[in-house]
Amino acid sequence: MSGHYLKKHPDKNGWYGEYGGAFLPPQLEQPFAEISEAYDRISLSADFQNELKYIRKHFQGRPTPIHYARNLSDSLAGARIYLKREDLNHTGAHKLNHCMAEALLARHMGKQRLIAETGAGQHGVALATAAAYFGLECEIHMGEVDIEKEHPNVVRMKLLGAKVVPVSFGGRTLKEAVDSAFQSYLKDPVTSIYAIGSVVGPHPFPKMVRDFQRIVGEEARAQFAEMTASDLPDHVAACVGGGSNAMGIFQGFIDEEEVTLHGVEPLGRGTKLGEHSATITYGSDGEIHGFRSLVLTNEDGQPAPVHSIASGLDYPGVGPEHAYLHKIGRVLYSAVSDQQTLDAFYKLSRLEGIIPALESAHAVAHAIRMAPEHPGESILINLSGRGDKDIDYVADNYGYNV
Amino acid sequence: MSRIAGRFAALKAEGRTALIPFITAGDPNPEVTVELMHSLVQAGADLIELGVPFSDPMADGPVIQRASERALKHHVGLHHVLEMVQTFRAVDPDTPVVLMGYLNPIEVMGYQAFAEQAAAAGVDGILVVDIPPEEGHGLLQTLQASTLDQIYLLAPTSTSERIKRICEVAGGFVYYVSVKGVTGASHLDLTAVENKLSQIRVHTDLPVGVGFGIKDAATAAAVGRIADAVVVGSALVSRVEALAERPHEIAAALSELLTDMRKAMDEA
Repeated sequence: MSGHYLKKHPDKNGWYGEYGGAFLPPQLEQPFAEISEAYDRISLSADFQNELKYIRKHFQGRPTPIHYARNLSDSLAGARIYLKREDLNHTGAHKLNHCMAEALLARHMGKQRLIAETGAGQHGVALATAAAYFGLECEIHMGEVDIEKEHPNVVRMKLLGAKVVPVSFGGRTLKEAVDSAFQSYLKDPVTSIYAIGSVVGPHPFPKMVRDFQRIVGEEARAQFAEMTASDLPDHVAACVGGGSNAMGIFQGFIDEEEVTLHGVEPLGRGTKLGEHSATITYGSDGEIHGFRSLVLTNEDGQPAPVHSIASGLDYPGVGPEHAYLHKIGRVLYSAVSDQQTLDAFYKLSRLEGIIPALESAHAVAHAIRMAPEHPGESILINLSGRGDKDIDYVADNYGYNV
Repeated sequence: MSRIAGRFAALKAEGRTALIPFITAGDPNPEVTVELMHSLVQAGADLIELGVPFSDPMADGPVIQRASERALKHHVGLHHVLEMVQTFRAVDPDTPVVLMGYLNPIEVMGYQAFAEQAAAAGVDGILVVDIPPEEGHGLLQTLQASTLDQIYLLAPTSTSERIKRICEVAGGFVYYVSVKGVTGASHLDLTAVENKLSQIRVHTDLPVGVGFGIKDAATAAAVGRIADAVVVGSALVSRVEALAERPHEIAAALSELLTDMRKAMDEA
């Protein structure tokens, strides 16, 4: 790769090679044009940048540290494993990085209400937090299945003043929550803004969320160089559902060809359609929710029901930039199962005293799998969120692994 | 002249406005769809808009979305919808049929295969909700080379530049979404609609239909005075939903509403 990847991608219409774009019904064209124009104009202004910098430091608690997972690494007798601690970001996940920025943009645009979907509830909690900070209204759409599974996050959103809209159709998870949020936004695009939860959706969202998550990669690169003898890690790994945390950390390293980037998808219960959410591994070209990417569909072209133990990864599409990075071979994508994820969840908790989100545990599982084969090398994982939200679900269904 | 153009020309000669009902194919089950289409024609439909079920219809409200869900429970895909049109066409050679749906099922079937099979089945026009002309990817060219008319939506927020661009590629008629929001929303502002229709007619000689928010005969008549076609969807689909467990009563219920609308429009 000849450098400056980020400046060259996407093109001005939001295309990453053959993926991306804006497949919008006409009712949404003007609202999205408004967001796009505002993003280009406002996000680079000194006012916006300075305020975001202040928020990152004093409200979010950034920079988040990198932790050398010595016990885990020693137990594997292979590569050294490092964790970028996004679980220590305020609200417990990387999502707040783009939510604070999206809400700040909304305020600059004079919007009064933030609308979004959420899967595991991490994006919902982060957006509700941002809304409270800026004094904006907040409406979060969430599938009924996820509402039940992620109860603590539902409580948090309500305490933060957000309205949680239960989504009762289809599979009642993240995919339907996106449909519902879009529909709500369509009703009132003048006073509201859709603050999407990942690097998905029509242009400019994949770029906007990526740019707002860039802080993770920038910090991680500098911190890694400072704490180790080498400038760069050999491997960087992150879980990929929509793909926001992965795009965040990848950006610090994407122009450095010697760094191998790993995207880790959820293999769920198996390889059959409906049992996993491994979109890059098993998907085909198509459109969903206003963008072109790889999509898991049935033979009639209907986006398929998907499964992952991690609600935040439970989505039949994937960010268009990931589809592109897969196509050009810059990022290696692989998948780990629910069981491997649980093993990693327990292992990190016991060995390092860090309970990871089930989403992030996918990346840990991949590192555990590959570490023995890479002695002397380093693996930097984006530990994108903490597992507090998952503890009841795991303990009730799988026990304490004693 | 296409079947759609022919139908609008005939209506214009009579000084009448087209009435276009929308139902979702396969709702509440695939067996009733063709029968419903015939009864809609008997009740005064000039064209029929048939929804292709899609699991993630981002521009539709809950009413149409649930219609898709009911149809998908019976696994009604694009192939089935084309078979339904073919069965309808065998009996009714005259009434134009427009399919309305989302891009992905068409892409999975293949653009060329879709264009050929749709035309062969007797489909006259296609409205793909989530494909603006910029993101055509060959579909627009494929359709342009076929006999199918490409119907496009325009919204209250569509700019003049946008209207011009859409009208350049549109065929059959232009479909103006009269209220902000999703299908089934309310609050129709007639003056605003009339102003926008004038703006659209600057750019095209195609008939302009108005839909979204037309719930009853009075509204249909009022819109019929300013538009070339009145599209009614959610009001019909709500009736289908209410009678989903008694499907043999649906045809009469839809006919009742459509007959009232037709009568009010003709008297207006």
